[in-house]
Amino acid sequence: MRIKAALLGGLLLSTSIVTAETVFVTLEKDNAIAVVDPIAGKLLKTVNVGQRPRGIALSKDQQTLYVATSDDDAVIEVDANTFQVKGKLPSGEDPETFAINSQGTRMYVSNEDDNQVTVIDLITKQAIQQVAVGVEPEGIAVSPDGKWIVSASETTNMVHWIDGVSHEIKANTLVDPRPRALSFTADGQQLWVTSEIDGTLMVIDVASKEIVQRVHFSVPGLGQEKIQPVGVVIDDKRQWAYVALGPANRVAVVNAQSFEVEKYLLVGARVWNLAFSPAQERLYTTNGISHDISIIDLEKHKVTKSIAVGRYPWGVAVKP
Amino acid sequence: MRIFHYWFALWGIVFRELLRFVKQKERFLSALVRPLIWLFVFAAGFRAALGIAIIPPYETYILYEVYITPGLIGMIQLFNGMQSSLSMVYDREMGSMRILLVSPLPRWFLLVSKLLAGVFVSVLQVYVFLGIAWFYEIQAPMEGYLWLLPALLLTGLMLGALGLLLSSFIKQLENFAGVMNFVIFPMFFMSTALYPLWKLQESSEWLYMLAEYNPFSQAVEFLRFALYGQFNQMAFFYTVAAFALFLVFAIIGYNPSKGMMQRKGQ
Repeated sequence: MRIKAALLGGLLLSTSIVTAETVFVTLEKDNAIAVVDPIAGKLLKTVNVGQRPRGIALSKDQQTLYVATSDDDAVIEVDANTFQVKGKLPSGEDPETFAINSQGTRMYVSNEDDNQVTVIDLITKQAIQQVAVGVEPEGIAVSPDGKWIVSASETTNMVHWIDGVSHEIKANTLVDPRPRALSFTADGQQLWVTSEIDGTLMVIDVASKEIVQRVHFSVPGLGQEKIQPVGVVIDDKRQWAYVALGPANRVAVVNAQSFEVEKYLLVGARVWNLAFSPAQERLYTTNGISHDISIIDLEKHKVTKSIAVGRYPWGVAVKP
Repeated sequence: MRIFHYWFALWGIVFRELLRFVKQKERFLSALVRPLIWLFVFAAGFRAALGIAIIPPYETYILYEVYITPGLIGMIQLFNGMQSSLSMVYDREMGSMRILLVSPLPRWFLLVSKLLAGVFVSVLQVYVFLGIAWFYEIQAPMEGYLWLLPALLLTGLMLGALGLLLSSFIKQLENFAGVMNFVIFPMFFMSTALYPLWKLQESSEWLYMLAEYNPFSQAVEFLRFALYGQFNQMAFFYTVAAFALFLVFAIIGYNPSKGMMQRKGQ
């Protein structure tokens, strides 16, 4: 029994109303998505979706969930309210993850085995083009203005700059080994890329396409080999960036202005991907090996709760 | 006897203990240094010792320093309780105990006052320790620090009563080393102060049982939950029962006609 719940009830009522949101998490081994109420800290339900779901995102109107079911070679469309599968998109083979443009009209899928990016028109639901990229493409992002689609090739150690209109590669940037995830800043001026093997975070200037900053991580008491950065997100004000450090079980809090690592937050084991709450007051992490997600309070930079969701949580999306 | 007399006696005893505490600066320092060494040196080496388990009252993963903190609060109170018992032996040797016990106030009241005096001192030590720990990023919710206060009073009384009971057995000051070896260390190490129960169970079922029913474990768990604004019912009742038991035996122990004092010819 929580004594504070009884005695501080009045106080809680007077605090600001917490916005309800729903968190969707793909469970790679359970072939399902977990639906979580993060405010109540509860797993609401688990819905079977297909083989090995990984990448997940919401449509612009927030009514459809797109889920990359890698072993089914498809990106499926799931109704975000009823969780019924509505359709399948022609994603190409082994889609791991994908990115959607800000208008919600185009989807860009990484086909890891075929070394290509599939472009899908979300209006007609047709694959309109395949773009050959480097070996093992994984991380993919669209610039806020839709001008660039950037794909990271894990083995080629490059990020490829694909023109948003012609879908041709216009430039390549050589990065540290095994780039995993990438993310544009909200102003579209910078691209942040993580390198799993070197344990670094690179900040690339979009105009020059050159690395302008390199951030190194070091967690006291942990061997450097455990630091394997994966997911990265930057807040809209470009004040803070958050980097999932994989088997280091930490999320690094990076000052997005000074590029200093301010803090390491302990989360579950093998933290993969990250997603903000709609107002960016919370951050959700998927912890692959400990089978849970962690919730980080971004005002205090503290981990408030970890919730068990199912086997091998991978991707995460948040519906307002 | 009027309430005023009780109050006056209580104040006198508490004030004497506080005075003793303030005058003995090295005692304050050592009371603080001991848990801080455990926190900064011992716990730092075992940061990842807890692996990937979430145990109540925690709602997410914690570093070992965070886990060990309530245990170190318990340690402060355990040592303080024993220190009080040491001072009782000293008082008895010096004769000031006789002055206290010849007071017309009931013996139980005098002994509880003595206990309370010790608890106040330990509460001061605990909050200073938590203040330092705060800057070391060991931070509990703000309301937890408030809930901790009543919990500290109860656990402090229980551990103080244990000290009081022991002091009724100890004849001379020199025997205090025995208390260290046979009471403080086993109580501290066979408890949840340093390791969670599930971790102890992994190594030995016996150790797990001993730790679970160790009153010090229950006191630590009561403090741990209180620090996070939660109430551990079982730990509460266990601590209350242990306090009552220790106190009754201590009062018997300090009864010149029945207790240990007579047997030892005091």
